Amino acid sequence: MLRYAPHLAIALLSGPIIFGLLATLLPAFGYFPALGGNELTIGHFGTLLAQQGLWRSAWISLSACLITTLVSLALVMAFFAAWSNTRFFARVQHLVSPLLSIPHAAAAFGFAFMIAPSGWIMRLVSPELTGLTRPPDVQILNDPWGFAMMAGLVIKEVPFLFLVMLAALPQVRPLAHQKVATGLGYGRMAGFLLVLGPPLYRQMRLAVFAVIAYASSVVDVALILGPTNPAPLAVRLVDWMNDPDLTRRFMASAGAVLQFLLTALALLIWLALERLGGVVMQRLAASGRRYSRDRAARLAAGSAMMLTAGLVLAGLGVLAIWSFAGYWAFPDALPSSWTMKTWSRHLDAVGAPLAVTVEIALAATLIAVIVTLACLERETRLGRGGGSRALGILYLPLLVPQPAFLFGLQMLFLAAGVNGWFWAVVMVHLVFVLPYVFLSLSDPWRALDDRYAKLAASLGAPVNRIFWRIRLPMLLRAVLAAAAIGFAVSIGQYLPTLLIGAGRWPTLTTEAVGLASGGDRRVIGVYAFLQMALPFAGFLVATLVPALLFARRKGMKIG
Amino acid sequence: MKKALTALGVFLTATTGALALDIGDWKSVEETARGQTVYFNAWGGAQNINDYIRWAGDQVKERYGVTVVHTKLDDTANAVSAVVAAKAAGVDENGDIDLIWINGENFVNMKRQDLLLEAGWTQKLPNWQFVDWKNKPTILTDFTEPTDGRESPWGMAKMVFFHDTARDIGMPDSFAGLVEWTEKNPGRFSYPAPPDFIGSSFLKQALTESVADPSVLLKPVEPAGFEATVEPLFAALDRMHPNLWRGGRTFPKNKEALRQLLADNEVDIAFAFSPAEASNAIANNELPDTVRSFVFSGGTLGNTHFVAIPYNAAAKEGALVFANFLISPEAQLRKQDPDVWGDPTVLDIASLPESYRQQFDGLDLGVATLKPSELGPTLNEPHASWMEQLEKEWMRRYGVAN
Amino acid sequence: MSKKAGRKSAATGGSLCFHDVRIALARRRLIDLDTCIGPGEVLTVMGPSGCGKSSLLAYVAGFLDPAFDASGNITLGGRKITELPAEARKVGLLFQDALLFPHMSVGGNLAFALPHDPMMNAALRKARIEEALAEAGLSGMADRDPATLSGGQQSRVALMRVLLAHPSALLLDEPFSKLDSELRQQIRDFVFAEAKSRQLPVLLVTHDPADAAAAGGRVIELTG
Repeated sequence: MLRYAPHLAIALLSGPIIFGLLATLLPAFGYFPALGGNELTIGHFGTLLAQQGLWRSAWISLSACLITTLVSLALVMAFFAAWSNTRFFARVQHLVSPLLSIPHAAAAFGFAFMIAPSGWIMRLVSPELTGLTRPPDVQILNDPWGFAMMAGLVIKEVPFLFLVMLAALPQVRPLAHQKVATGLGYGRMAGFLLVLGPPLYRQMRLAVFAVIAYASSVVDVALILGPTNPAPLAVRLVDWMNDPDLTRRFMASAGAVLQFLLTALALLIWLALERLGGVVMQRLAASGRRYSRDRAARLAAGSAMMLTAGLVLAGLGVLAIWSFAGYWAFPDALPSSWTMKTWSRHLDAVGAPLAVTVEIALAATLIAVIVTLACLERETRLGRGGGSRALGILYLPLLVPQPAFLFGLQMLFLAAGVNGWFWAVVMVHLVFVLPYVFLSLSDPWRALDDRYAKLAASLGAPVNRIFWRIRLPMLLRAVLAAAAIGFAVSIGQYLPTLLIGAGRWPTLTTEAVGLASGGDRRVIGVYAFLQMALPFAGFLVATLVPALLFARRKGMKIG
Repeated sequence: MKKALTALGVFLTATTGALALDIGDWKSVEETARGQTVYFNAWGGAQNINDYIRWAGDQVKERYGVTVVHTKLDDTANAVSAVVAAKAAGVDENGDIDLIWINGENFVNMKRQDLLLEAGWTQKLPNWQFVDWKNKPTILTDFTEPTDGRESPWGMAKMVFFHDTARDIGMPDSFAGLVEWTEKNPGRFSYPAPPDFIGSSFLKQALTESVADPSVLLKPVEPAGFEATVEPLFAALDRMHPNLWRGGRTFPKNKEALRQLLADNEVDIAFAFSPAEASNAIANNELPDTVRSFVFSGGTLGNTHFVAIPYNAAAKEGALVFANFLISPEAQLRKQDPDVWGDPTVLDIASLPESYRQQFDGLDLGVATLKPSELGPTLNEPHASWMEQLEKEWMRRYGVAN
Repeated sequence: MSKKAGRKSAATGGSLCFHDVRIALARRRLIDLDTCIGPGEVLTVMGPSGCGKSSLLAYVAGFLDPAFDASGNITLGGRKITELPAEARKVGLLFQDALLFPHMSVGGNLAFALPHDPMMNAALRKARIEEALAEAGLSGMADRDPATLSGGQQSRVALMRVLLAHPSALLLDEPFSKLDSELRQQIRDFVFAEAKSRQLPVLLVTHDPADAAAAGGRVIELTG
């Protein structure tokens, strides 16, 4: 059984993506008999390229993913350089970690209401400071350059990169290296960036690629904050795919191919930027300058990090206020009346989608954890090897833009008659859940002192007993933490649930985006809260269960 | 190469199935329906409507043993696409969707692709006897497309504008008046960007008012005459756009976003396709209670919205039972109640039993809802092909902001 | 060999023998050994780190990394163990850390080691564990969290855990190097005394000459 675990994992991850991509490719080149497409042609690419503002859409997607990744990475790197190993850092870490589990759409809504001309920041200072009784007619949201969308992406990418860097940090032995640099008279930030920056970046490179791929094809955040005419490429793709004019599906498929190429191009450009960055870092390091006065830079890095975290949290806070708001007119900082009506109405209706969300997430997480454990246990029994080769596959679902393979996958599942089946939805969730579970569990798993297992074996315990009695309980905390991450990932899925679920499996997220089209901030507040509460409950369970089980075992505390 | 592709592409091949169902024998329809689950795909962006659908589902569950599951869509086109995808994959039976809330372009598309249940089923529903098809012509022609009994009416819609009486804005009384009004009040008006349903409707309203002879709009677009027909409309829009909210560089996504702009005091006028919209929004605290509705004295667009059954629905009988319940006097009365939804009925109130007639007359429609007599004349929807062309032309001119 | 130690002689008492055992890494010969360790005898292998002394232990215990090339046979009480899986070799291991399983109680750690025996009910097993604790001077500590024990106490539990599994030989991998000097003496005496009393052959790997001296047996110096 264990022998086939890696094959199973690879099939679960790459199967849907490869077959989905193929089934997207065929209509793009004109093959779709049901719509009369029997001939292979590249004509649909011509139609695609003739679309108004297509290049502008592509340009927005491309520039947004590169700029946001660059800004987020720079911000996180600067913050680590400025503050790692301080009490302030620990405090910010506690602030940032929960942000990761907040669904993108919820964070974007909160952010939008903070910065809009009629948003909360403006309400706080009006009319007292601005003299305005009606909002200024200035474009902040949905600006044609995509700045609002980029800002919305940055505030979600920062927590992700923050936690990835946090995990990578111990592997580059930060303290020892930093001491050497400071000993040579380098400033705190310069020492960190020049000595630890390059190896640290190497550790988290794949995660950075994933961020680029995600930002290049994001739909929900772009819908809320992005430009409208024209919209970023991925948004237009989904529009075309859903167009009542069915022949547009050919063009939409061609567009999905373009999206795939665009993401690839973005990654290539990033590779070139990496080269450039490497040269610059080398020059800086060789110049011998010490940059010892970095107080202002440290303050700036700290403030920028606080600002991004603060904006998300304040945005969510304001959404929470909205969910209890009566009528709330523009310059008022708070609603003129309060009501429980929104909550009482929605709590009633929310039971079914809540249950479906939990069922899908639990099933996908359970499978992901079992497959991951099987792979890791096999790796342990055979000795290392195979692990690094499989790592590329793990990132596949995070690197291939979602629309590029989900449209085709939907067709395949329909043909197999399984579209809309519960397990089909679980399977497509698994494509995204499994990588996160694997990536978060493999490090602690491999870090476990292998002498415990050797000792147990020398005491006469067979391999299965060692797994159940020693490795699994000792790693219970890590297993549950990985499961909580998988659970949160499943809850956030929108496009896969909608397309493969055929609308039969309404989850909190699909309901929220559906209701969000109604634009009512009160309702969005309720759903954003529930969307956040569920992953939080998962993390709570993951923390409490080991804490209770091992309440009297000091050796099982974190560390 | 081709051979391999054909093999790989077997899944894309379609067949068309036929169906055998005698709707005339309503008893047997009800018997077969018992125990079925109807997946009703309907826009889910408004909680009051979702609540109403839930109530209606509970009723047919209790009375006919039919379970209704509301699949909440953010765009009806998704359901159309899903049926297309199913047909493409050869799923001609036991499809995922049993009933769709639909009209206009989506209906035309499904009808032309032959994706709907046989023609004429709607007239066979027992409650069809109350439907006011004589005085409400849009029940039989949906955007000038004959319904052919392939979609059953559910409610009536009419374009109404609203504004906040707490702000003295001086309401315009026509599209031309609106263009002038925006010149005096720059940045205080906008409309949802087509192809949003309400945005496109606004264009059609403006077009209908702009053309010299509105009767050309009832026929399919003649490519030769299109340019000349729409010229006055786009001349007016060119004039108006610089004076729109955000200088016309961006547009709200839909009517809900537009309503939010009114609530946030970013614009002064909003509009919708439901007379009860403003009253509902006030009841939900989404608009201040000083908001009132108005229409153009020259008339505004009106239409009907429907429910339709895909040809491959798994629970056709259940869908029929539910569609029949939706046009029952009881369900229609509740739907017109502004505390529930406020959607005008498709029934002929005069044909109803006495008790229902009294209840309909006794409904308090809400502070901001115009009475049927105040709604003004109804302008005909242009032929569906106009909307397509109009949207394309709009996208060509304004789709990419400068 | 002490005569009075025969009291607790292990059932499978016998010699640990190396027959032409050769271990190499990347064609570099690390170990070349052909000898026997008699019951109750200690063989000390000394040498700097990297000389391959730990790979010898790993080869005996059954954990040798596949990167090493190893040949030759090892027998324990005449039984050839080289082909057996690690859990069937009956060789007890002690590392420089006590490595008590942190999720189990002290008693749980010992119970994990005590082989299942259909003749022994729960009460008897418990009594056996309590007896072992008493022998290590830790009476009544079965329910304790191992993390709350002192370093010396942990080392003694670790040894009792190994012995409860009825090993036929003991492999010690620098087991005293992390203890402070006073404690080291005490634990060292305890370990060697227990091994002697059970007539176990002991293979000790260390870089501390004092360990070798205390062991009192033959010493093999590896130069690496």
